[in-house]
Amino acid sequence: MPETTMDGETLHLHGYTDAASVVQVPTRNGFGEGLIEAGKKNKNVMAICADLAESTRMEGFKKACPDQYLEIGVAEQMLVAMAGGLASAGKIPWIASYAMFNPGRSWEQVRTIMALNETNVKIAGAHAGVSVGPDGATHQAVEDIAIMRVIPHMTVVVPCDSIQTKKATLALSEMFGPVYLRFAREKSAIVTTDDTPFQIGKAQTFREGKDVAIVACGILVYNALMAAEELAKDGIDARVVNNHTVKPMDTAAIVASAKHCGAIVTVEEHQVHAGMGSRVAEIVAANHPVPIEFVGVQDRFGQSGDPVELIEHYGMGTTAIVAAAKKAIARKR
Amino acid sequence: MSLSQEGLTALRVKANDVRQGIIRALESAGSGHSAGSLDMADIFTALYGSAMRHDPKRPDWADRDRLLLSCGHIAPVRYSAMANFGYFPVEELLTLRKFGTRLQGHPERVTLPSVETTSGPLGEGLAQGVGMAMAAKLDAKDWRVYVVTSDAEHQCGLHWEAMMTAGKFKLDNLTCIIDRNFIQIDGSTEDIMPLEPLGDKYRSFNWEVFECDGHDIGAFLDTVEKCKAVRGKPQVIVANTIPGKGVSYMEGDYTWHGKPPNKEQAETALRELTADRERILANA
Repeated sequence: MPETTMDGETLHLHGYTDAASVVQVPTRNGFGEGLIEAGKKNKNVMAICADLAESTRMEGFKKACPDQYLEIGVAEQMLVAMAGGLASAGKIPWIASYAMFNPGRSWEQVRTIMALNETNVKIAGAHAGVSVGPDGATHQAVEDIAIMRVIPHMTVVVPCDSIQTKKATLALSEMFGPVYLRFAREKSAIVTTDDTPFQIGKAQTFREGKDVAIVACGILVYNALMAAEELAKDGIDARVVNNHTVKPMDTAAIVASAKHCGAIVTVEEHQVHAGMGSRVAEIVAANHPVPIEFVGVQDRFGQSGDPVELIEHYGMGTTAIVAAAKKAIARKR
Repeated sequence: MSLSQEGLTALRVKANDVRQGIIRALESAGSGHSAGSLDMADIFTALYGSAMRHDPKRPDWADRDRLLLSCGHIAPVRYSAMANFGYFPVEELLTLRKFGTRLQGHPERVTLPSVETTSGPLGEGLAQGVGMAMAAKLDAKDWRVYVVTSDAEHQCGLHWEAMMTAGKFKLDNLTCIIDRNFIQIDGSTEDIMPLEPLGDKYRSFNWEVFECDGHDIGAFLDTVEKCKAVRGKPQVIVANTIPGKGVSYMEGDYTWHGKPPNKEQAETALRELTADRERILANA
């Protein structure tokens, strides 16, 4: 495939258009790998686990860096508060649970102890989105971006694949400040390679286009790319932006897409209310108003089912993105 | 180490200064929490004046003992103790709760780093103290962590998560001090959500439990020394206190939990405290 470039930087993307060559790896694996590397690089990096070592992929760290690992049981508020104490004495604690419980259950501790208190605590929110699948609505966090992006000082990152999740884990370990890294349970398509650059706060144009900009985050970036391929068949030239940093969002990239394409579709595995797309809308409304369509969960709760089935049911599949793109284009003046 | 009689008298006088600072700060602020602030004056004086390793000139000293105030609403006692022990000028107490002050209504680490953490939402201090004590253990440092909590905070679930975790990791460098004054906003702790037998609850979580008179500075300091000698267990001091201690019309009255004295009430309080101060010096 042709190399996509961004500001003169080559993106080195993995081929994704040929379904047979697509490699599927859960984003959580990238977190596990990144955590081990961060822990080996810096002995102050710690992992604190709330009884979910295997599913959050902290297990590898536990074996690789046993002296930097703590297990505290099913206590998500404790997770945040204890990490705050460790961080204020110089540690760099990663705390992991399902996104539904941390930051879901621990939100006030996150706000007070991590953000207002400005501590260097890193939250890994695992099993985010409806793609958790059979566990059902209680375990499907589709509000976590909203509750995290609203907190001052917080950095919020939602990487597009396993490789990028690893890079994000390393980069977030090295920056000072409270962060939220969101990833998913199920296998998802690899669209980047080890050589693809990653910088917190810098959106990436994965596909150039002029008719509509599809701005996506997380594992749905793949669906956005596939939607662009579909749109091309109808002669529609769609740009795809991997908007991995929800906060601080790359305002310049969003405004540039609004100006260049004149219509935007946002795509996220999250409530459309107050998520990544809402932030895009805030930026666009303030700088260069254009029509926006929002792909995501439409003010509903999830339910049990297969991941793919649920993504389709809640309107986040390729077909839904294609339809949203056409609608956004039709609304152009 | 026990203090000399002169040393104890000096601390009693200091505690009186701390109380007067609290009254002045609260009267100036026009809002804030009187009862708990006053009843912890003796303990904060003992901590800053003797028990803790700290240096007001170096609030960020890496090897300082950490003192966390979990019940952030009694910040006036901490601020007054800090001012009276040289962290900042006593006059600054009059900026309490005013726009632009470092002395926020509930303490904030970012504006006043020596408060160690931002507190106010209840039940969170011990959990953070557990993290700090753990960090000291991991780095083989000998500084200690003291966490002051209210009794009513024990109604918060997070506090019990912290108690359990401290027991698990045998954090013997951690001492929790409970302001056992039996009051909270809506009345008596035992009416609202009974805590007794409080000491037994800690014992069953593998803590070493001590109890003392929270207004007897000598007894409190002896208890802290016993805590420092404990190995393999976190310690708790149930400090029995009288809410509003030192001001006759506030003592034992829960309605003073969350309000400040007005000008006349402050004058009465300061008159009483000044008389107390003279009595302490006369009896020395």
